[in-house]
Amino acid sequence: MRLEPVANPGLLRRLGLPAAALVATVVTGSLLALSAGADPLATLGLIVTGAVGSKFAALETLNRATPLIFTGLAVAVAFRAKLWNIGAEAQLYAGALVTAVLGAHPIVTGVPGMALIGLAAALAGALVLLGPVLLKTRLGVDEVVTTLLLNFVLLLVVSMLLEGVLKDPMGMGWPKSAPVAKSVRLPRLIEGLRLHWGFGLALIAAGLVWLMQARMRLGYEIRAVGLNRAAARFAGVPVGAVLVKTALISGGLAALAGFSEVAGLKGTLTLDLSPGFGYTGVIVAMLAALHPGGVVVAALFVAGVFVGSDAMSRAAGVPSYIADLLLASALLYMVLAMQLVRYRVVWR
Amino acid sequence: MTRTGTAPDIVLRLDGITKRFGALTANDAVSLSLARGEVVALLGENGAGKTTLMNILFGHYTADAGTVEVMGQVLPPGTPRAAIAAGVGMVHQHFTLADNLSVLDNILLGTRPLWSFRLNRAAARARVRALAQDFGLKVAPEARTGALSVGERQRVEILKALYREAQVLILDEPTAVLTPQESEALFATLRRATARGLSVIFISHKLHEVMAAADRVVVLRHGKVVGEVATADTSPPALAAMMVGAEVALPRVAAGVPGPVLLRLDDVTTPDEGARPGLKQVSLNLRAGQITGLAGVSGNGQAALADLLSGLIVPTSGRLILSDAAPAEWSPRAALAAGIGRIPEDRHKTGTIADFTLTENAILETYPQLTRAGLLDHRTARRFTEELIADYDVRCPGPEARIRLLSGGNMQKLILGRVLEARPKIILANQPVRGLDIGAVAYVHSRLIAARDAGAAVLLISEDLDEIMGLSDVVQVISEGRLSPGFARGTMGAAELGQWMAGAGFDHAA
Repeated sequence: MRLEPVANPGLLRRLGLPAAALVATVVTGSLLALSAGADPLATLGLIVTGAVGSKFAALETLNRATPLIFTGLAVAVAFRAKLWNIGAEAQLYAGALVTAVLGAHPIVTGVPGMALIGLAAALAGALVLLGPVLLKTRLGVDEVVTTLLLNFVLLLVVSMLLEGVLKDPMGMGWPKSAPVAKSVRLPRLIEGLRLHWGFGLALIAAGLVWLMQARMRLGYEIRAVGLNRAAARFAGVPVGAVLVKTALISGGLAALAGFSEVAGLKGTLTLDLSPGFGYTGVIVAMLAALHPGGVVVAALFVAGVFVGSDAMSRAAGVPSYIADLLLASALLYMVLAMQLVRYRVVWR
Repeated sequence: MTRTGTAPDIVLRLDGITKRFGALTANDAVSLSLARGEVVALLGENGAGKTTLMNILFGHYTADAGTVEVMGQVLPPGTPRAAIAAGVGMVHQHFTLADNLSVLDNILLGTRPLWSFRLNRAAARARVRALAQDFGLKVAPEARTGALSVGERQRVEILKALYREAQVLILDEPTAVLTPQESEALFATLRRATARGLSVIFISHKLHEVMAAADRVVVLRHGKVVGEVATADTSPPALAAMMVGAEVALPRVAAGVPGPVLLRLDDVTTPDEGARPGLKQVSLNLRAGQITGLAGVSGNGQAALADLLSGLIVPTSGRLILSDAAPAEWSPRAALAAGIGRIPEDRHKTGTIADFTLTENAILETYPQLTRAGLLDHRTARRFTEELIADYDVRCPGPEARIRLLSGGNMQKLILGRVLEARPKIILANQPVRGLDIGAVAYVHSRLIAARDAGAAVLLISEDLDEIMGLSDVVQVISEGRLSPGFARGTMGAAELGQWMAGAGFDHAA
């Protein structure tokens, strides 16, 4: 068995195979529900209604999608340059930490205050990724290892601070930071709906990333470096500088997920702020084939599966771990489908 | 398996092997036989088809036509297992040993089911010791492989093949990684092995080694066997001429009118890179209106010279001087700014980005000039590309097609256009027509001559002596990183250049 490249994949191939991946995911989900002793169709139905069946459910899904759009964009930007940033979780917490510290006693209030805090958070995330990328370009240290391990370092630093200097004196002993001041909390997108401006910022960020990737010189350089580093270097593309810029953007985007969660949804920093948004960002980016528009769609899908599975679990008694299994299989099927769009299998 | 009437002393016979990769014919009806106890050298340039042929023999590739026979039995195509079982052992250029295992474990790995592994260890160790003794392959069976030198690892690879009772041993560029002393020891081993009836195929493009180690030489060029001689009846210059081919003369080109020196290398040395030699105190003048041809067997420092002029490396000593001033900083972008146009050796790996469109590839060196407020001017880029496609006759689906869809010739025309449209003062043409069809070859050559006539200084690097002698106003030969003096057009024949390529002449010239 071997793979043969397909020169010009047709429309059927490009749309049919991802659709087949979706069908395979649904079939896998049904089998999982069946193995848990539940009616497959009813279980899947409960997941769908749990995700988008009511105004409350839909808003919950949008809220859950917000940090995933940011981390998904962060990963998509980096992976385009073949910079394997597995540390969006660490960058998210760096952004959250800066937001919690600056937001508790803001010097500037209102929208300028929010903007300043957001910028500071993004800068913190960018700096967290700067170290690994400099180690990579200067010394050839594998960034997969350094970014992955920094996730644990940052989490432990946050834990130390929340148990120490940042612990909210009014928090009844819980390890959480002092609340972000009302004057710099992100307002609601639409009055009366429980959805904050973080979601709006995420959509704007997706638009800007699209502009960067498709129209800007930097996007062109990033793709050149990612697709063929030797040819890029030969042609005079400053490979090291491009990787550093990529890292700053990627780390900044991931940090905005932390900013949006702390200044928007939660209002405070706790250790369970992120149930792995940074790691899930990798899944989102891969499902989206690294396209910023796709990231928004994939983040909504992934958030819907999580929110819907929680609701289904409460109603049908099937463990909500089914969400993780569904996402994992969706990712595998989708990656396989993407590969099969460009290659056909030849049996001999 | 079919029995055929092969004479008993022929252990291996390749018959009419043909292998195509797309438009490229890597092996064209190659036939070859190997007698018991014989060392045959397979000689040829990079890309001549040596490695493809051996991969077919060993079952890594399936031939489009032709058969492989070992001990009179036709091997089923495409299965290395069958080749091993039939007694073929291959030592790859890059070793396939596990660093964390002992020498003995590496040799045993894959030879027997795991559950009987421990039981036979003592017997196996004794056998490895005996083999090592017999063939003069000194290595300790219990040593950790990671701690061994390169020469010792190669001995382990050979022992591995012998342990599997190989009758035919294939060595792919075995000396590329060895010191001269280690090479000498390897040749001694080969002599002992052949005295015991082992047959060896030895792949190389180094002439003196072939002369030292082989009984017979088979020369491949462009996938075809172009010569087969006993080493006793030939000489390094004759082999060099056969390798690069000097029978067919290209139509002669009118001589250029030399102008001032545009680029000068002054006693330049660059570091060796693995088996690739760097430049050794090279001095070179590139003149306006002149094509300087660089002849030589590949792997003799051409890559270092090309990398230097491309801005990828800097000299460790000596100077690179452009129009009487040494550049302050040297990088690909500095080389472009200095007016050096670069046609790279490998158009797939360094010349283009396969998944980029023609437009994106066309602006790869000039995109900074096409940027306004951080945004790329796609419209201008596209118009430029459309003009390139028309002016350079690039056959393609359009400027927005991915360049991987193009044939080598059309890809090269786009690169040529990209380079020439920048109006370079100096042109580095590294293997500009390798793998192209005749039409594309003529086109690329005519464009290079036109650029010369317009006043550019051209450095043509090629392993094809015909091309060098046909186009160049001045020919220089590179050998082991050293550069010969310049020979004016028509003053040197293929035989004399072959002498220089084989390394003669440098000793008293240096």
